[in-house]
Amino acid sequence: MARRRGGRPSRGKATAEKAAKTATPKEEAIEVEGTIVEPLPNAMFRVELTTGQRVLAHVSGKIRMHFIRILPGDRVLVELSPYDLTHGRITYRYK
Amino acid sequence: MVTLKSPREIDLMRRSGKITSRVLTELMKAARPGIATSELDRLAEHGIRQGGGIPTFKGYNGFPGSICASVNAEVVHGIPGSRVLREGDLLSIDIGTTLDGYVSDSAVTVPVGAVSDAAQRLLEVTQECLTIGIAQMQNGKRLGDIGAAVQDHAERHGYGVVRELVGHGVGREMHEEPQVPNYGKPGTGMELRPGLVLAIEPMITQGRPGIRILDDGWTVVTADGKLAAHFEHTIAVTDDGPKILTLRDYGEHPGIERYRPPREAIA
Repeated sequence: MARRRGGRPSRGKATAEKAAKTATPKEEAIEVEGTIVEPLPNAMFRVELTTGQRVLAHVSGKIRMHFIRILPGDRVLVELSPYDLTHGRITYRYK
Repeated sequence: MVTLKSPREIDLMRRSGKITSRVLTELMKAARPGIATSELDRLAEHGIRQGGGIPTFKGYNGFPGSICASVNAEVVHGIPGSRVLREGDLLSIDIGTTLDGYVSDSAVTVPVGAVSDAAQRLLEVTQECLTIGIAQMQNGKRLGDIGAAVQDHAERHGYGVVRELVGHGVGREMHEEPQVPNYGKPGTGMELRPGLVLAIEPMITQGRPGIRILDDGWTVVTADGKLAAHFEHTIAVTDDGPKILTLRDYGEHPGIERYRPPREAIA
């Protein structure tokens, strides 16, 4: 199904986008899957991406709020900043 | 946000694409004079569910059908209904499947019975546009390269390229970032990287490229009432070139052999 350019986003998405905007106005991030290699102090992790790179990633506030524990070996979704591809933000832990 | 897919995710999307392509092949065969578009819609929903999938379109922003059925001057997003296909119609069938949370999206335009030479030509060129666009999906190329290739081929034949609607990223959602216009400048736009999955869908008109949307809020028609054609595949960029995730076993356009993507593009 073709997408309308610029598009009118679905209602649910519009709210999500607005929330994201007030919290963190930022450029588009790149999402990649990865595996936790080692835990580091301050809720940081070394993550090996499926593309092979190792990046330093911190845990997103939402994951912290819900006390989701992340252990070495877990598969996670990492958002990378397009400006610095060596630092990321863990946004999801797969079950 | 652009999401890159892991090989595991691309594999899931390929399984989703298998259902899409199989059902689409059935619909292409069923699209004969005398059948109503609602009947095709029913076949589509049945086929998708039988394969274990969910029709992605149904309920998407309130869309009532499992397919978009767009006839003649309708470009895309036609709502299936009581309209009965007649000899000489051009029918665009657009279909999407969600399987295990991953979407695949594909479309073809088929002649209903025998159509005019001019209509046949439009179909061929539009499908060539899709194939030429797919060939641009190499690691390191840019979004603008895809659009430019499609636009160049269409306009070379004197056809119009619809601007208001675009292709899109595909994954957990049907419409993800980035938007993939069917026009552009080579070397501009986002860089393509392995793991990027896009739906490329040239919408090509026989006359001018202008469109308008009917009062039903969905159906997109050409402003000048001339014919339009629409082809679409879901394709992954990989290290060894583009992989079409919705490739049909057969039933690609007869003239497509000349433009068939390189062997390795077949997923």
